[in-house]
Amino acid sequence: MIAAAGGIAHMFGHPFIRNAFVGGTGIGAAAGLVGYFVVLRSQVFAGDALSHVAFTGALAALAIGLDARVGLFVTTIAIGAGMALLDRRAHPDDVVIGSVFAWVLGLGVLFLSLYTTSRSTGNGAAGINVLFGSIFGLGASASRVAAMVGAAVVVAIVAIGRPLLFASVDPDVAAARGVPVRLLGIAFLALVGATAAEATQAVGALLLLGLLAAPAGAAQRLTTRPYRAMWLSVVLAVVAVWAGLTLSYLAPRVPPSAAIVAVATAVYLASVALGSRPRSRAAAGAAPAG
Amino acid sequence: MFAYHFMVNAFRAGTIVAIVAGVAGWFMVLRRETFAGHTLALVGFPGAAGAVWLGISATWGYFGFCTASALLIAALPRSARGARAEESSAIGIVQAFALAAGFLFVSLYRGYLNGVNALLFGSFLGITDAQVLVLLLVAVGALAALGVIGRPLLFASVDPDIADARGVPVRLLSVAFLVLLGLTVAEVSQITGTLLVFALLVMPAATGQVVSARPVRSLAITVGVALAVTWAALVVAYYSPYPIGFWVTTFAFAVYVGALGARRVRRRRAVMVVA
Repeated sequence: MIAAAGGIAHMFGHPFIRNAFVGGTGIGAAAGLVGYFVVLRSQVFAGDALSHVAFTGALAALAIGLDARVGLFVTTIAIGAGMALLDRRAHPDDVVIGSVFAWVLGLGVLFLSLYTTSRSTGNGAAGINVLFGSIFGLGASASRVAAMVGAAVVVAIVAIGRPLLFASVDPDVAAARGVPVRLLGIAFLALVGATAAEATQAVGALLLLGLLAAPAGAAQRLTTRPYRAMWLSVVLAVVAVWAGLTLSYLAPRVPPSAAIVAVATAVYLASVALGSRPRSRAAAGAAPAG
Repeated sequence: MFAYHFMVNAFRAGTIVAIVAGVAGWFMVLRRETFAGHTLALVGFPGAAGAVWLGISATWGYFGFCTASALLIAALPRSARGARAEESSAIGIVQAFALAAGFLFVSLYRGYLNGVNALLFGSFLGITDAQVLVLLLVAVGALAALGVIGRPLLFASVDPDIADARGVPVRLLSVAFLVLLGLTVAEVSQITGTLLVFALLVMPAATGQVVSARPVRSLAITVGVALAVTWAALVVAYYSPYPIGFWVTTFAFAVYVGALGARRVRRRRAVMVVA
Protein backbone atom coordinates (compact mmCIF):
# COMPACT_ATOMS: atom_id res chain seq x y z
CA MET A 1 0.00 0.00 0.00
CA ILE A 2 2.78 2.39 1.02
CA ALA A 3 4.82 1.22 -1.93
CA ALA A 4 1.87 1.90 -4.20
CA ALA A 5 1.41 5.42 -2.75
CA GLY A 6 5.12 6.09 -3.20
CA GLY A 7 4.91 4.76 -6.75
CA ILE A 8 2.07 7.14 -7.57
CA ALA A 9 4.00 10.08 -6.07
CA HIS A 10 6.96 9.28 -8.31
CA MET A 11 4.81 8.53 -11.29
CA PHE A 12 4.61 12.11 -12.57
CA GLY A 13 8.38 12.37 -12.48
CA HIS A 14 8.45 10.46 -15.76
CA PRO A 15 7.84 12.63 -18.84
CA PHE A 16 6.18 9.73 -20.71
CA ILE A 17 3.58 9.42 -17.92
CA ARG A 18 2.93 13.17 -17.95
CA ASN A 19 2.49 13.08 -21.73
CA ALA A 20 0.18 10.09 -21.46
CA PHE A 21 -1.96 11.91 -18.88
CA VAL A 22 -2.11 15.13 -20.94
CA GLY A 23 -3.08 13.33 -24.13
CA GLY A 24 -5.25 10.78 -22.35
CA THR A 25 -7.37 13.45 -20.69
CA GLY A 26 -8.26 15.03 -24.03
CA ILE A 27 -8.90 11.63 -25.60
CA GLY A 28 -11.02 10.46 -22.67
CA ALA A 29 -13.13 13.63 -22.63
CA ALA A 30 -13.83 13.46 -26.37
CA ALA A 31 -14.61 9.74 -26.25
CA GLY A 32 -16.93 10.14 -23.26
CA LEU A 33 -18.93 12.98 -24.82
CA VAL A 34 -19.15 11.51 -28.32
CA GLY A 35 -19.82 8.07 -26.82
CA TYR A 36 -22.89 9.42 -25.03
CA PHE A 37 -24.49 10.33 -28.36
CA VAL A 38 -23.25 7.14 -30.02
CA VAL A 39 -25.10 5.06 -27.42
CA LEU A 40 -28.14 7.36 -27.48
CA ARG A 41 -28.40 7.10 -31.26
CA SER A 42 -27.77 3.30 -31.29
CA GLN A 43 -24.73 3.80 -33.48
CA VAL A 44 -22.35 1.60 -31.51
CA PHE A 45 -21.97 -0.59 -34.56
CA ALA A 46 -20.96 2.42 -36.69
CA GLY A 47 -18.38 3.35 -34.04
CA ASP A 48 -17.07 -0.18 -34.26
CA ALA A 49 -16.80 0.08 -38.05
CA LEU A 50 -14.88 3.35 -37.76
CA SER A 51 -12.40 1.71 -35.41
CA HIS A 52 -11.55 -0.79 -38.14
CA VAL A 53 -11.23 2.02 -40.63
CA ALA A 54 -8.80 3.70 -38.25
CA PHE A 55 -6.58 0.62 -38.36
CA THR A 56 -6.46 0.59 -42.14
CA GLY A 57 -5.99 4.35 -42.40
CA ALA A 58 -3.05 4.39 -40.04
CA LEU A 59 -1.33 1.48 -41.75
CA ALA A 60 -2.00 2.89 -45.23
CA ALA A 61 -0.31 6.13 -44.17
CA LEU A 62 2.63 4.19 -42.74
CA ALA A 63 2.88 2.06 -45.89
CA ILE A 64 3.21 5.12 -48.14
CA GLY A 65 5.54 6.81 -45.69
CA LEU A 66 3.32 9.39 -43.98
CA ASP A 67 2.65 10.04 -40.29
CA ALA A 68 0.12 7.49 -39.03
CA ARG A 69 -2.01 10.30 -37.58
CA VAL A 70 -2.57 11.84 -41.02
CA GLY A 71 -4.01 8.56 -42.25
CA LEU A 72 -6.04 8.13 -39.09
CA PHE A 73 -7.86 11.44 -39.18
CA VAL A 74 -8.35 11.65 -42.96
CA THR A 75 -9.80 8.16 -43.34
CA THR A 76 -11.99 8.04 -40.23
CA ILE A 77 -13.57 11.47 -40.82
CA ALA A 78 -14.07 10.78 -44.55
CA ILE A 79 -15.54 7.30 -44.00
CA GLY A 80 -17.69 8.51 -41.09
CA ALA A 81 -19.23 11.27 -43.19
CA GLY A 82 -19.44 8.93 -46.18
CA MET A 83 -21.33 6.27 -44.22
CA ALA A 84 -23.85 8.88 -43.16
CA LEU A 85 -24.20 10.17 -46.73
CA LEU A 86 -24.78 6.71 -48.20
CA ASP A 87 -27.87 6.11 -46.15
CA ARG A 88 -30.94 8.24 -46.61
CA ARG A 89 -31.64 8.69 -42.94
CA ALA A 90 -27.99 8.58 -41.97
CA HIS A 91 -28.49 5.28 -40.17
CA PRO A 92 -26.64 2.70 -42.26
CA ASP A 93 -27.76 -0.94 -42.26
CA ASP A 94 -25.85 -3.47 -40.13
CA VAL A 95 -25.08 -5.85 -42.97
CA VAL A 96 -23.77 -3.06 -45.18
CA ILE A 97 -21.53 -1.70 -42.42
CA GLY A 98 -20.37 -5.19 -41.54
CA SER A 99 -19.42 -6.04 -45.11
CA VAL A 100 -17.66 -2.76 -45.72
CA PHE A 101 -15.63 -2.91 -42.56
CA ALA A 102 -14.59 -6.52 -43.01
CA TRP A 103 -13.20 -5.56 -46.39
CA VAL A 104 -11.56 -2.45 -44.95
CA LEU A 105 -9.83 -4.62 -42.36
CA GLY A 106 -8.68 -6.93 -45.11
CA LEU A 107 -7.13 -3.91 -46.83
CA GLY A 108 -5.49 -3.03 -43.52
CA VAL A 109 -3.87 -6.46 -43.46
CA LEU A 110 -2.58 -5.83 -46.97
CA PHE A 111 -1.06 -2.49 -45.91
CA LEU A 112 0.41 -4.12 -42.83
CA SER A 113 2.19 -6.71 -44.94
CA LEU A 114 3.28 -4.04 -47.44
CA TYR A 115 4.64 -1.92 -44.61
CA THR A 116 6.46 -4.71 -42.83
CA THR A 117 7.97 -6.26 -45.94
CA SER A 118 8.82 -3.34 -48.22
CA ARG A 119 10.11 -0.69 -45.83
CA SER A 120 13.37 -1.13 -44.09
CA THR A 121 12.14 1.03 -41.21
CA GLY A 122 8.95 -0.98 -40.85
CA ASN A 123 8.61 -3.46 -38.06
CA GLY A 124 6.04 -6.00 -37.03
CA ALA A 125 5.13 -4.03 -33.92
CA ALA A 126 3.51 -1.24 -35.98
CA GLY A 127 0.38 -3.29 -36.53
CA ILE A 128 0.15 -4.18 -32.85
CA ASN A 129 0.62 -0.54 -31.84
CA VAL A 130 -2.20 0.61 -34.09
CA LEU A 131 -4.49 -2.23 -33.00
CA PHE A 132 -3.88 -1.94 -29.28
CA GLY A 133 -2.53 1.57 -28.85
CA SER A 134 0.70 2.85 -27.39
CA ILE A 135 -0.22 5.76 -25.14
CA PHE A 136 3.10 5.57 -23.28
CA GLY A 137 4.78 6.18 -26.62
CA LEU A 138 3.18 9.61 -27.09
CA GLY A 139 5.78 12.35 -27.37
CA ALA A 140 5.36 15.81 -25.81
CA SER A 141 4.08 17.44 -29.00
CA ALA A 142 1.92 14.46 -29.95
CA SER A 143 0.24 14.49 -26.54
CA ARG A 144 -0.42 18.25 -26.78
CA VAL A 145 -1.97 17.77 -30.23
CA ALA A 146 -4.10 14.90 -28.88
CA ALA A 147 -5.30 17.09 -25.98
CA MET A 148 -6.14 19.97 -28.31
CA VAL A 149 -8.00 17.78 -30.81
CA GLY A 150 -9.92 16.27 -27.90
CA ALA A 151 -10.86 19.75 -26.70
CA ALA A 152 -11.92 20.75 -30.22
CA VAL A 153 -14.19 17.69 -30.50
CA VAL A 154 -15.76 18.53 -27.14
CA VAL A 155 -16.36 22.16 -28.22
CA ALA A 156 -17.89 21.01 -31.53
CA ILE A 157 -20.24 18.58 -29.78
CA VAL A 158 -21.26 21.21 -27.24
CA ALA A 159 -21.95 23.63 -30.11
CA ILE A 160 -24.35 21.23 -31.88
CA GLY A 161 -25.40 19.55 -28.62
CA ARG A 162 -28.96 20.84 -28.25
CA PRO A 163 -30.22 20.19 -31.80
CA LEU A 164 -28.27 16.91 -31.90
CA LEU A 165 -29.96 15.74 -28.72
CA PHE A 166 -33.36 16.67 -30.14
CA ALA A 167 -32.61 14.96 -33.46
CA SER A 168 -31.33 11.84 -31.68
CA VAL A 169 -34.29 11.42 -29.33
CA ASP A 170 -37.04 12.10 -31.86
CA PRO A 171 -35.79 12.58 -35.43
CA ASP A 172 -39.25 12.94 -36.97
CA VAL A 173 -40.47 15.69 -34.66
CA ALA A 174 -37.08 17.40 -34.90
CA ALA A 175 -37.25 17.36 -38.70
CA ALA A 176 -40.78 18.77 -38.57
CA ARG A 177 -39.53 21.59 -36.34
CA GLY A 178 -36.92 22.51 -38.93
CA VAL A 179 -33.88 20.90 -37.30
CA PRO A 180 -31.44 19.78 -40.05
CA VAL A 181 -31.51 16.12 -38.94
CA ARG A 182 -29.60 14.76 -41.90
CA LEU A 183 -26.86 17.38 -41.73
CA LEU A 184 -26.50 16.75 -38.00
CA GLY A 185 -26.21 13.02 -38.63
CA ILE A 186 -23.37 13.59 -41.10
CA ALA A 187 -21.56 16.09 -38.86
CA PHE A 188 -21.94 13.75 -35.91
CA LEU A 189 -20.49 10.71 -37.69
CA ALA A 190 -17.59 12.88 -38.87
CA LEU A 191 -16.98 13.82 -35.23
CA VAL A 192 -17.18 10.14 -34.25
CA GLY A 193 -14.51 9.57 -36.89
CA ALA A 194 -12.27 12.25 -35.38
CA THR A 195 -12.77 10.73 -31.93
CA ALA A 196 -11.97 7.27 -33.25
CA ALA A 197 -8.72 8.60 -34.70
CA GLU A 198 -7.94 10.24 -31.34
CA ALA A 199 -8.73 7.19 -29.30
CA THR A 200 -6.72 4.90 -31.58
CA GLN A 201 -3.57 6.63 -30.35
CA ALA A 202 -4.46 5.88 -26.75
CA VAL A 203 -6.18 2.53 -26.60
CA GLY A 204 -5.79 1.32 -30.18
CA ALA A 205 -8.24 0.67 -32.96
CA LEU A 206 -9.57 -2.53 -31.45
CA LEU A 207 -10.25 -1.23 -27.96
CA LEU A 208 -11.63 2.23 -28.65
CA LEU A 209 -15.17 0.87 -28.61
CA GLY A 210 -14.72 0.24 -24.89
CA LEU A 211 -13.85 3.87 -24.30
CA LEU A 212 -16.78 5.02 -26.45
CA ALA A 213 -19.47 2.69 -25.16
CA ALA A 214 -18.65 1.80 -21.54
CA PRO A 215 -18.59 5.26 -19.86
CA ALA A 216 -21.61 6.37 -21.89
CA GLY A 217 -23.52 3.20 -21.10
CA ALA A 218 -22.70 3.59 -17.41
CA ALA A 219 -23.80 7.24 -17.39
CA GLN A 220 -27.11 6.37 -19.02
CA ARG A 221 -27.68 3.71 -16.41
CA LEU A 222 -26.99 6.11 -13.54
CA THR A 223 -29.15 9.04 -14.61
CA THR A 224 -31.95 9.64 -17.07
CA ARG A 225 -31.36 13.39 -17.44
CA PRO A 226 -29.54 13.97 -20.72
CA TYR A 227 -27.16 16.78 -19.75
CA ARG A 228 -26.21 15.20 -16.47
CA ALA A 229 -25.58 11.87 -18.22
CA MET A 230 -23.50 13.61 -20.88
CA TRP A 231 -21.08 15.17 -18.40
CA LEU A 232 -21.08 12.08 -16.19
CA SER A 233 -19.99 10.09 -19.25
CA VAL A 234 -17.10 12.54 -19.81
CA VAL A 235 -16.01 12.30 -16.18
CA LEU A 236 -16.19 8.50 -16.16
CA ALA A 237 -14.18 8.24 -19.37
CA VAL A 238 -11.44 10.56 -18.10
CA VAL A 239 -11.34 8.72 -14.76
CA ALA A 240 -11.07 5.40 -16.61
CA VAL A 241 -8.11 6.72 -18.60
CA TRP A 242 -6.35 8.05 -15.48
CA ALA A 243 -7.00 4.91 -13.44
CA GLY A 244 -5.92 2.69 -16.32
CA LEU A 245 -2.67 4.60 -16.78
CA THR A 246 -1.93 4.42 -13.06
CA LEU A 247 -2.72 0.73 -12.95
CA SER A 248 -0.47 0.02 -15.88
CA TYR A 249 2.32 2.06 -14.28
CA LEU A 250 2.06 0.07 -11.06
CA ALA A 251 1.84 -3.29 -12.84
CA PRO A 252 4.09 -2.96 -15.90
CA ARG A 253 3.08 -6.33 -17.36
CA VAL A 254 -0.44 -4.97 -17.89
CA PRO A 255 -0.59 -2.92 -21.10
CA PRO A 256 -2.12 0.56 -20.57
CA SER A 257 -4.86 0.12 -23.17
CA ALA A 258 -6.03 -3.15 -21.63
CA ALA A 259 -6.03 -1.51 -18.18
CA ILE A 260 -8.06 1.49 -19.42
CA VAL A 261 -10.68 -0.72 -21.04
CA ALA A 262 -10.78 -2.99 -17.98
CA VAL A 263 -11.45 0.00 -15.71
CA ALA A 264 -14.12 1.31 -18.09
CA THR A 265 -15.79 -2.10 -18.13
CA ALA A 266 -15.65 -2.29 -14.33
CA VAL A 267 -17.31 1.15 -14.14
CA TYR A 268 -20.07 -0.09 -16.42
CA LEU A 269 -20.61 -3.24 -14.37
CA ALA A 270 -20.73 -1.16 -11.19
CA SER A 271 -23.33 1.10 -12.78
CA VAL A 272 -25.43 -1.93 -13.71
CA ALA A 273 -25.39 -2.99 -10.07
CA LEU A 274 -26.04 0.54 -8.73
CA GLY A 275 -28.36 1.93 -11.35
CA SER A 276 -31.00 -0.76 -11.60
CA ARG A 277 -33.39 0.87 -9.10
CA PRO A 278 -33.75 4.36 -10.57
CA ARG A 279 -34.07 2.75 -13.98
CA SER A 280 -36.93 0.50 -13.03
CA ARG A 281 -38.62 3.43 -11.29
CA ALA A 282 -38.31 5.49 -14.46
CA ALA A 283 -39.69 2.60 -16.50
CA ALA A 284 -42.62 2.27 -14.10
CA GLY A 285 -43.28 6.01 -14.44
CA ALA A 286 -43.14 5.85 -18.21
CA ALA A 287 -45.33 2.79 -18.55
CA PRO A 288 -48.77 4.44 -18.10
CA ALA A 289 -47.86 7.22 -20.53
CA GLY A 290 -46.64 4.80 -23.21
CA MET B 1 0.39 -26.78 -55.17
CA PHE B 2 -1.34 -29.92 -53.94
CA ALA B 3 1.99 -31.68 -53.65
CA TYR B 4 2.37 -29.88 -50.33
CA HIS B 5 0.50 -31.48 -47.49
CA PHE B 6 -0.13 -28.14 -45.78
CA MET B 7 -1.97 -26.88 -48.85
CA VAL B 8 -4.12 -30.02 -48.96
CA ASN B 9 -4.99 -29.47 -45.32
CA ALA B 10 -5.64 -25.79 -45.97
CA PHE B 11 -8.12 -26.73 -48.71
CA ARG B 12 -9.78 -29.36 -46.52
CA ALA B 13 -10.13 -26.94 -43.61
CA GLY B 14 -11.22 -24.09 -45.90
CA THR B 15 -13.93 -26.22 -47.49
CA ILE B 16 -15.32 -27.38 -44.14
CA VAL B 17 -15.27 -23.87 -42.73
CA ALA B 18 -16.85 -22.29 -45.83
CA ILE B 19 -19.83 -24.67 -45.77
CA VAL B 20 -20.58 -24.18 -42.06
CA ALA B 21 -19.99 -20.43 -42.30
CA GLY B 22 -22.33 -20.19 -45.27
CA VAL B 23 -25.21 -22.01 -43.57
CA ALA B 24 -24.88 -20.43 -40.12
CA GLY B 25 -24.16 -17.02 -41.63
CA TRP B 26 -27.31 -17.24 -43.74
CA PHE B 27 -29.46 -17.64 -40.65
CA MET B 28 -27.45 -14.96 -38.83
CA VAL B 29 -28.04 -12.35 -41.54
CA LEU B 30 -31.71 -13.36 -41.72
CA ARG B 31 -32.05 -12.91 -37.95
CA ARG B 32 -30.11 -9.62 -38.00
CA GLU B 33 -27.65 -10.93 -35.41
CA THR B 34 -24.52 -9.80 -37.22
CA PHE B 35 -23.36 -7.72 -34.29
CA ALA B 36 -23.65 -10.70 -31.95
CA GLY B 37 -21.75 -12.84 -34.46
CA HIS B 38 -19.01 -10.25 -34.60
CA THR B 39 -18.77 -10.18 -30.83
CA LEU B 40 -18.52 -13.97 -30.66
CA ALA B 41 -15.67 -13.78 -33.13
CA LEU B 42 -13.78 -11.22 -31.09
CA VAL B 43 -14.24 -13.27 -27.93
CA GLY B 44 -12.40 -16.04 -29.71
CA PHE B 45 -9.24 -13.91 -29.57
CA PRO B 46 -8.78 -13.93 -25.75
CA GLY B 47 -9.83 -17.57 -25.83
CA ALA B 48 -7.08 -18.49 -28.23
CA ALA B 49 -4.50 -16.12 -26.70
CA GLY B 50 -5.30 -17.38 -23.19
CA ALA B 51 -5.04 -20.98 -24.32
CA VAL B 52 -1.66 -20.32 -25.91
CA TRP B 53 -0.51 -18.54 -22.74
CA LEU B 54 -1.54 -21.55 -20.63
CA GLY B 55 0.07 -23.92 -23.10
CA ILE B 56 -3.15 -25.51 -24.39
CA SER B 57 -4.03 -25.80 -28.07
CA ALA B 58 -5.62 -22.61 -29.40
CA THR B 59 -8.47 -24.71 -30.85
CA TRP B 60 -9.84 -25.42 -27.38
CA GLY B 61 -9.59 -21.76 -26.48
CA TYR B 62 -11.65 -20.82 -29.54
CA PHE B 63 -14.39 -23.37 -28.93
CA GLY B 64 -14.55 -22.86 -25.19
CA PHE B 65 -14.73 -19.09 -25.21
CA CYS B 66 -17.03 -18.78 -28.22
CA THR B 67 -19.57 -21.25 -26.81
CA ALA B 68 -19.46 -19.73 -23.33
CA SER B 69 -19.95 -16.22 -24.65
CA ALA B 70 -22.81 -17.39 -26.88
CA LEU B 71 -24.58 -18.63 -23.75
CA LEU B 72 -23.77 -15.34 -22.02
CA ILE B 73 -25.24 -13.25 -24.85
CA ALA B 74 -28.30 -15.50 -24.91
CA ALA B 75 -28.71 -14.98 -21.16
CA LEU B 76 -28.70 -11.19 -21.47
CA PRO B 77 -32.21 -9.97 -20.78
CA ARG B 78 -33.89 -8.86 -23.95
CA SER B 79 -36.90 -6.62 -23.63
CA ALA B 80 -39.24 -5.95 -26.48
CA ARG B 81 -38.74 -2.34 -27.48
CA GLY B 82 -36.42 0.54 -26.69
CA ALA B 83 -33.75 -1.83 -25.42
CA ARG B 84 -31.81 -1.97 -28.65
CA ALA B 85 -29.43 0.85 -27.76
CA GLU B 86 -28.80 -0.59 -24.35
CA GLU B 87 -28.21 -4.04 -25.77
CA SER B 88 -25.78 -3.01 -28.46
CA SER B 89 -23.76 -0.85 -26.08
CA ALA B 90 -23.52 -3.84 -23.73
CA ILE B 91 -22.33 -6.04 -26.60
CA GLY B 92 -19.83 -3.37 -27.60
CA ILE B 93 -18.43 -3.25 -24.09
CA VAL B 94 -18.14 -7.05 -23.99
CA GLN B 95 -16.25 -6.88 -27.30
CA ALA B 96 -13.76 -4.27 -26.20
CA PHE B 97 -13.20 -6.01 -22.91
CA ALA B 98 -12.65 -9.34 -24.64
CA LEU B 99 -10.05 -7.81 -26.93
CA ALA B 100 -8.36 -6.09 -23.98
CA ALA B 101 -8.20 -9.41 -22.15
CA GLY B 102 -6.74 -11.04 -25.24
CA PHE B 103 -4.09 -8.36 -25.50
CA LEU B 104 -3.28 -8.84 -21.81
CA PHE B 105 -2.82 -12.60 -22.34
CA VAL B 106 -0.60 -11.96 -25.35
CA SER B 107 1.61 -9.57 -23.38
CA LEU B 108 1.73 -11.98 -20.45
CA TYR B 109 2.76 -14.75 -22.83
CA ARG B 110 5.40 -12.58 -24.47
CA GLY B 111 5.32 -14.77 -27.53
CA TYR B 112 6.58 -13.61 -30.84
CA LEU B 113 4.47 -10.91 -32.48
CA ASN B 114 3.55 -12.87 -35.59
CA GLY B 115 1.43 -15.08 -33.37
CA VAL B 116 -0.85 -12.12 -32.66
CA ASN B 117 -1.23 -11.34 -36.33
CA ALA B 118 -2.11 -14.96 -37.09
CA LEU B 119 -4.75 -15.00 -34.34
CA LEU B 120 -6.25 -11.73 -35.54
CA PHE B 121 -5.93 -12.05 -39.30
CA GLY B 122 -5.78 -15.76 -39.89
CA SER B 123 -3.33 -18.11 -41.42
CA PHE B 124 -3.71 -21.14 -43.62
CA LEU B 125 -0.26 -22.45 -42.92
CA GLY B 126 0.46 -25.23 -40.50
CA ILE B 127 -3.03 -26.72 -40.15
CA THR B 128 -2.52 -30.24 -38.83
CA ASP B 129 -4.48 -33.38 -39.68
CA ALA B 130 -5.83 -33.44 -36.13
CA GLN B 131 -7.13 -29.89 -36.50
CA VAL B 132 -8.87 -30.80 -39.75
CA LEU B 133 -10.53 -33.73 -37.98
CA VAL B 134 -11.76 -31.51 -35.12
CA LEU B 135 -13.06 -28.96 -37.63
CA LEU B 136 -14.87 -31.71 -39.53
CA LEU B 137 -16.49 -33.25 -36.44
CA VAL B 138 -17.69 -29.90 -35.11
CA ALA B 139 -18.90 -28.87 -38.55
CA VAL B 140 -20.90 -32.08 -39.04
CA GLY B 141 -22.42 -31.68 -35.58
CA ALA B 142 -23.33 -28.04 -36.17
CA LEU B 143 -24.81 -28.73 -39.59
CA ALA B 144 -26.82 -31.67 -38.28
CA ALA B 145 -28.19 -29.52 -35.47
CA LEU B 146 -29.03 -26.72 -37.90
CA GLY B 147 -30.73 -29.27 -40.14
CA VAL B 148 -32.90 -30.44 -37.26
CA ILE B 149 -33.93 -26.97 -36.08
CA GLY B 150 -33.79 -25.43 -39.57
CA ARG B 151 -37.52 -25.22 -40.36
CA PRO B 152 -38.78 -23.92 -37.00
CA LEU B 153 -35.75 -21.59 -36.83
CA LEU B 154 -36.62 -20.14 -40.23
CA PHE B 155 -40.20 -19.63 -39.08
CA ALA B 156 -39.09 -18.07 -35.80
CA SER B 157 -36.59 -15.82 -37.59
CA VAL B 158 -38.99 -14.49 -40.19
CA ASP B 159 -41.94 -13.88 -37.89
CA PRO B 160 -41.22 -14.50 -34.20
CA ASP B 161 -44.64 -13.38 -32.96
CA ILE B 162 -46.69 -15.71 -35.14
CA ALA B 163 -44.21 -18.54 -34.57
CA ASP B 164 -44.59 -18.01 -30.83
CA ALA B 165 -48.38 -18.08 -31.14
CA ARG B 166 -48.15 -21.34 -33.10
CA GLY B 167 -46.24 -22.93 -30.23
CA VAL B 168 -42.72 -22.76 -31.69
CA PRO B 169 -40.21 -22.45 -28.80
CA VAL B 170 -38.80 -19.14 -30.08
CA ARG B 171 -36.65 -18.39 -27.07
CA LEU B 172 -35.11 -21.86 -26.94
CA LEU B 173 -34.39 -21.74 -30.66
CA SER B 174 -32.63 -18.42 -30.33
CA VAL B 175 -30.39 -19.77 -27.55
CA ALA B 176 -29.63 -22.91 -29.56
CA PHE B 177 -28.84 -20.84 -32.62
CA LEU B 178 -26.47 -18.56 -30.72
CA VAL B 179 -24.55 -21.59 -29.42
CA LEU B 180 -24.33 -23.01 -32.95
CA LEU B 181 -23.20 -19.60 -34.16
CA GLY B 182 -20.51 -19.61 -31.47
CA LEU B 183 -19.24 -22.99 -32.66
CA THR B 184 -19.25 -21.83 -36.27
CA VAL B 185 -17.42 -18.63 -35.46
CA ALA B 186 -14.80 -20.62 -33.56
CA GLU B 187 -14.27 -22.75 -36.68
CA VAL B 188 -14.08 -19.81 -39.04
CA SER B 189 -11.69 -17.88 -36.77
CA GLN B 190 -9.06 -20.54 -37.17
CA ILE B 191 -8.84 -19.87 -40.90
CA THR B 192 -9.68 -16.18 -41.31
CA GLY B 193 -8.57 -14.95 -37.89
CA THR B 194 -10.86 -13.33 -35.34
CA LEU B 195 -11.10 -10.00 -37.11
CA LEU B 196 -12.03 -11.27 -40.56
CA VAL B 197 -14.73 -13.80 -39.64
CA PHE B 198 -17.24 -11.47 -41.25
CA ALA B 199 -15.76 -12.17 -44.67
CA LEU B 200 -17.07 -15.74 -44.67
CA LEU B 201 -19.98 -15.34 -42.26
CA VAL B 202 -21.75 -12.22 -43.49
CA MET B 203 -20.77 -11.41 -47.04
CA PRO B 204 -21.73 -14.70 -48.77
CA ALA B 205 -25.01 -14.74 -46.83
CA ALA B 206 -25.75 -11.13 -47.72
CA THR B 207 -24.99 -11.96 -51.36
CA GLY B 208 -27.30 -14.98 -51.31
CA GLN B 209 -30.15 -12.96 -49.85
CA VAL B 210 -29.64 -10.19 -52.39
CA VAL B 211 -29.72 -12.63 -55.32
CA SER B 212 -32.73 -14.68 -54.31
CA ALA B 213 -35.59 -14.31 -51.87
CA ARG B 214 -36.37 -18.04 -51.82
CA PRO B 215 -34.84 -19.68 -48.74
CA VAL B 216 -33.43 -22.86 -50.30
CA ARG B 217 -32.03 -21.17 -53.38
CA SER B 218 -30.40 -18.30 -51.50
CA LEU B 219 -28.94 -20.76 -48.98
CA ALA B 220 -27.40 -22.74 -51.84
CA ILE B 221 -26.01 -19.56 -53.39
CA THR B 222 -24.57 -18.55 -50.01
CA VAL B 223 -22.69 -21.82 -49.58
CA GLY B 224 -21.52 -21.69 -53.18
CA VAL B 225 -20.17 -18.16 -52.80
CA ALA B 226 -18.43 -19.03 -49.52
CA LEU B 227 -16.74 -22.05 -51.12
CA ALA B 228 -15.70 -20.17 -54.26
CA VAL B 229 -14.30 -17.28 -52.25
CA THR B 230 -12.32 -19.55 -49.94
CA TRP B 231 -10.85 -21.65 -52.73
CA ALA B 232 -9.97 -18.63 -54.85
CA ALA B 233 -8.36 -16.91 -51.86
CA LEU B 234 -6.30 -19.99 -51.02
CA VAL B 235 -5.01 -20.31 -54.57
CA VAL B 236 -4.18 -16.62 -54.91
CA ALA B 237 -2.62 -16.42 -51.45
CA TYR B 238 -0.43 -19.39 -52.34
CA TYR B 239 0.97 -17.63 -55.41
CA SER B 240 1.10 -14.05 -54.04
CA PRO B 241 3.08 -12.52 -51.18
CA TYR B 242 0.00 -11.00 -49.53
CA PRO B 243 -1.91 -12.55 -46.63
CA ILE B 244 -4.99 -14.73 -47.08
CA GLY B 245 -7.14 -12.41 -44.95
CA PHE B 246 -6.85 -9.72 -47.57
CA TRP B 247 -7.84 -12.03 -50.43
CA VAL B 248 -10.80 -13.62 -48.63
CA THR B 249 -12.31 -10.26 -47.71
CA THR B 250 -11.61 -8.73 -51.12
CA PHE B 251 -13.17 -11.57 -53.11
CA ALA B 252 -16.18 -11.80 -50.81
CA PHE B 253 -16.72 -8.05 -50.94
CA ALA B 254 -16.37 -7.99 -54.73
CA VAL B 255 -19.05 -10.69 -55.07
CA TYR B 256 -21.35 -8.81 -52.69
CA VAL B 257 -20.94 -5.50 -54.52
CA GLY B 258 -21.44 -7.32 -57.83
CA ALA B 259 -24.69 -8.84 -56.57
CA LEU B 260 -25.92 -5.44 -55.36
CA GLY B 261 -25.07 -3.90 -58.74
CA ALA B 262 -26.82 -6.70 -60.64
CA ARG B 263 -29.94 -6.24 -58.54
CA ARG B 264 -29.97 -2.51 -59.24
CA VAL B 265 -29.65 -3.10 -63.00
CA ARG B 266 -32.43 -5.72 -62.90
CA ARG B 267 -34.73 -3.43 -60.95
CA ARG B 268 -34.14 -0.56 -63.33
CA ARG B 269 -34.97 -2.85 -66.23
CA ALA B 270 -38.12 -4.03 -64.47
CA VAL B 271 -39.16 -0.43 -63.92
CA MET B 272 -38.59 0.33 -67.61
CA VAL B 273 -40.66 -2.67 -68.68
CA VAL B 274 -43.49 -1.58 -66.41
CA ALA B 275 -43.30 1.97 -67.71
